[in-house]
Amino acid sequence: MTSIAPVLHLREVGLGDVPTVGGKGASLGELLRAGIRVPTGFAVTTAAFGRAVEQLTVDGVPIPARVAGLDPADAPALAAACAQLRAAVEAAPLPGEVAAAVSTAYAAMCEEGADASLPVAVRSSATSEDSAEASFAGLQDTYLWVRGADPVLEHVRRCWASLYSVESVTYRLRRGIPETDLGMAVVVQRMVGARSSGVLFTRSPLSGDRSVVAIDASWGLGSAVVSGDVTPDSFVVSKVTGEVKRNVATKTRWHRPDPSGSGVVETDVPADLQDRPSLSDEEIAELVAIARRVEAHYGRPQDIEWAVAEGGDVFLLQSRPETVWAAKDAARKAAPTARPFDHVFNLLGGKRPSEG
Amino acid sequence: MTERSFPLPSQLEAVPGAEGWEAMYPYFSRFQPEDDQRFWFYNSMHFPEVVPAFDGITSEIPYTAIGANTARLFSFPTTMGIEYRIVNGRVYITANPVLDEAEQGRRLADFQERAGHYYANWDRLYVGWQQRIEALIADIEAVEVPELGELDPIEVVTSGRGFASNHLLREEFHRCIDLYSKMWHHHTEFLMLGYGAYVVFFEFCKQVFPEMGDQMVARMVAGMDVTMYRPDDELKKLAALAVDLDLADLFVEGSDPAKVLAALGERGDAGARWLAALEAAKDPWFNVSVGDGFYHHHLSWADDLTVPFAALPRYVEQIAAGQDLTRPTERLAQERDRIAAEYRELLDSADEQTAFDQMLGLCRQVFPYIESHKFYCEHWFTTRFFQKVRAFGQLLADRGVLLAADDVFHLRHVEVEDALADVMLAWASGGTELGGRHWQPIVAERKRIVEALSTWSAPPALGAVPEALNDPAVKMLWGITQETVEAWLGAEDDDGSTVRGYAASPGVVEGVARVLLNVNDIGQIREGEILVCPVTAPSWGPVFGKIAAAVSDIGGTMSHAAIVAREYGMPAVVGTGTATARISTGDRLRVDGDRGVVTVLA
Repeated sequence: MTSIAPVLHLREVGLGDVPTVGGKGASLGELLRAGIRVPTGFAVTTAAFGRAVEQLTVDGVPIPARVAGLDPADAPALAAACAQLRAAVEAAPLPGEVAAAVSTAYAAMCEEGADASLPVAVRSSATSEDSAEASFAGLQDTYLWVRGADPVLEHVRRCWASLYSVESVTYRLRRGIPETDLGMAVVVQRMVGARSSGVLFTRSPLSGDRSVVAIDASWGLGSAVVSGDVTPDSFVVSKVTGEVKRNVATKTRWHRPDPSGSGVVETDVPADLQDRPSLSDEEIAELVAIARRVEAHYGRPQDIEWAVAEGGDVFLLQSRPETVWAAKDAARKAAPTARPFDHVFNLLGGKRPSEG
Repeated sequence: MTERSFPLPSQLEAVPGAEGWEAMYPYFSRFQPEDDQRFWFYNSMHFPEVVPAFDGITSEIPYTAIGANTARLFSFPTTMGIEYRIVNGRVYITANPVLDEAEQGRRLADFQERAGHYYANWDRLYVGWQQRIEALIADIEAVEVPELGELDPIEVVTSGRGFASNHLLREEFHRCIDLYSKMWHHHTEFLMLGYGAYVVFFEFCKQVFPEMGDQMVARMVAGMDVTMYRPDDELKKLAALAVDLDLADLFVEGSDPAKVLAALGERGDAGARWLAALEAAKDPWFNVSVGDGFYHHHLSWADDLTVPFAALPRYVEQIAAGQDLTRPTERLAQERDRIAAEYRELLDSADEQTAFDQMLGLCRQVFPYIESHKFYCEHWFTTRFFQKVRAFGQLLADRGVLLAADDVFHLRHVEVEDALADVMLAWASGGTELGGRHWQPIVAERKRIVEALSTWSAPPALGAVPEALNDPAVKMLWGITQETVEAWLGAEDDDGSTVRGYAASPGVVEGVARVLLNVNDIGQIREGEILVCPVTAPSWGPVFGKIAAAVSDIGGTMSHAAIVAREYGMPAVVGTGTATARISTGDRLRVDGDRGVVTVLA
């Protein structure tokens, strides 16, 4: 593990790199490989996490042992222990070569973006996250609109620390996920100045129908949609005919970059925007086309976060396998029959004596 | 009995001026006290108007045939046949479900053997069907009303035939009824099996692709060379020929067909060529009814050129303006196959794809029958049948029993036999028919009753809320499902501005309503209006070129209005139950063919 670089550019990774760059990082790298536009960035690898955390102790006890000794049923004790663990991880300075690698990579992004303190998103990317088997959705933290090398480093540590949130620790303890298997990478990505953003599924999240793409969209940053702070517009698009069923909502709140230049604020959407569709027909069509390419690339339905920049460029921020309906698919298979019309007998046959 | 119910048959209020309507229909068509506990729905798809006494045969005989096929020939496990009742001149029906599971099991074994035989030999049997139905049409054409002269012709004597011509009066009339009955048996011979195939595919699509509209399923199934499109296609060809031959000036909106024909006769060679083309097109393609073949007054185009000649001026104008009116069958077929292939591709596994292919293949196998039988049965045969009965009516009028030939349609078919016996006796005895005194007041009274009943607004359903809706035809043809029943039950809660039905053809438009209760009024439709009608029939095809959207009281997604609306790419909402009662001509409507909602805007 120590031979792995502490920082890898997203261009350098793909789906096979989940152990080093986590699910999110691997998935973003894979999207880049598939020719999908995602905001550029790099991943702070699990190797870096390992180097930073392995030496840490709390009250003289190594962190993994401390977690393994906790009782998920004892809520007060768990909360106290987690607060202590988080503080320790957040406070400990990064090992020198890790800090240097992150700073260098960030500086390169700043140069590319012609902004000395380029705003970035710092997002946790756990190795057990983003898999069809166990969706960790929402259990780790994402920090938007972070500017400057030191804040980036600080938020990397906070991402790592989020692994020791009460929710995460409880999740691992209840599922019996051993601490030794724990790896946490962090993705640092250029911030998209999102005019509109949201999530989409390459099947209906309501019915499981794979012939549609279901898009939820609202003004501003996608965090408003994900957090449920706004009732988004809904567009359900047929993959076969391109027909769009639209439901334009009154979008009262949005998440915007803090005018101070760093962080995010939630405010009222201007009145003239509230009832307007947050996506144009062309943008819907482009999103659907991209979503279908991603779905085809992975060979299974996807759950995608996306954003449309002020200039109209469409970016994907994340793509992971859809997990809810995937499990139900197996239950509704139609099997071929010996003769085509046996289907009629099966449907109109009523109760069979043998089944009685 | 149940908490919720529709109006009870026993509690329907009498229609003023229609007292005594019961005598117009057979005793076995009347609601019984125990019928209050059963679910009945108004078959406005087939019987949108008051049924005259003779036309009662178009419910009596079809239901003897359809039920015989499902219940006794093919042994459908979960459904017997359809029962019907007539109240206030409207036909209500209900399917008899088989609810006992042991009984279903017993019926299943027979169903598999019997239906299996038809499915396995479908194409061969369908060829035989085609021959049988054409033979029946030839037979009905061959029926002759005997002439009753002063003396029978000498040949009756010299050939030693041995029976006088008055005997043939009854025999030939009977032949009409018998052939009509036989036609209906053949009509329903394949029908329920065909609907069975449709139901399978629809259910599968609904399960796997719940967001897929019914109309999309129907589009994957549809055939391109459907017999029912032919009459309209022939009209377009005639319009093109008129343009080619420089006869376009003769086709002006509102012209009397007889005058147009006369004018064509004066246009030399070109006119003669067009008239010859018309004659060629008429046989058989003008044997299409202006209705759906359930009323005596639905004449065929061949019998009355008003409808086709009302459509011609517009077609002529469009073709003269350079429009191509031919159906792009090649493109439509490619689009259909692309849609089917894409949905197939979206399935999870090779197994599911194989099942999909089987189900879709079966639908496409049964489709030609489902779509074409109407032309042969309801249109060609039935318009000939009514013309023959009309000829018997003419004889009754000539003999003084009736005042006019069409008055025969105010007698039940068994009463016509009585009247014919009267003629047979009078001719034989040298006496006088007594029917004039007997029948003419009855006919006059029934005409008043029909008029009075036409004002009655028939509820979409009567009686109890159904336990099960197992009949494939009820689902596919009438479009009646649990949701329809719920919508009908909930209709009272609406504010009155919304009418819900099936999303039959996608798109949203606004426009002015034209409510047509009677097919003979289709000339009133203006360009861009929204047609609101009880049901549409294939001969309304030309109207679809004019309207912006279609709304019907009854019909499922495979009903005629739905198929044609998709063909023309206009929104349609069908199976609303109440559109013609709740919408008036001139109302401004929004028709949402995506959601199946019609809104009255003003």
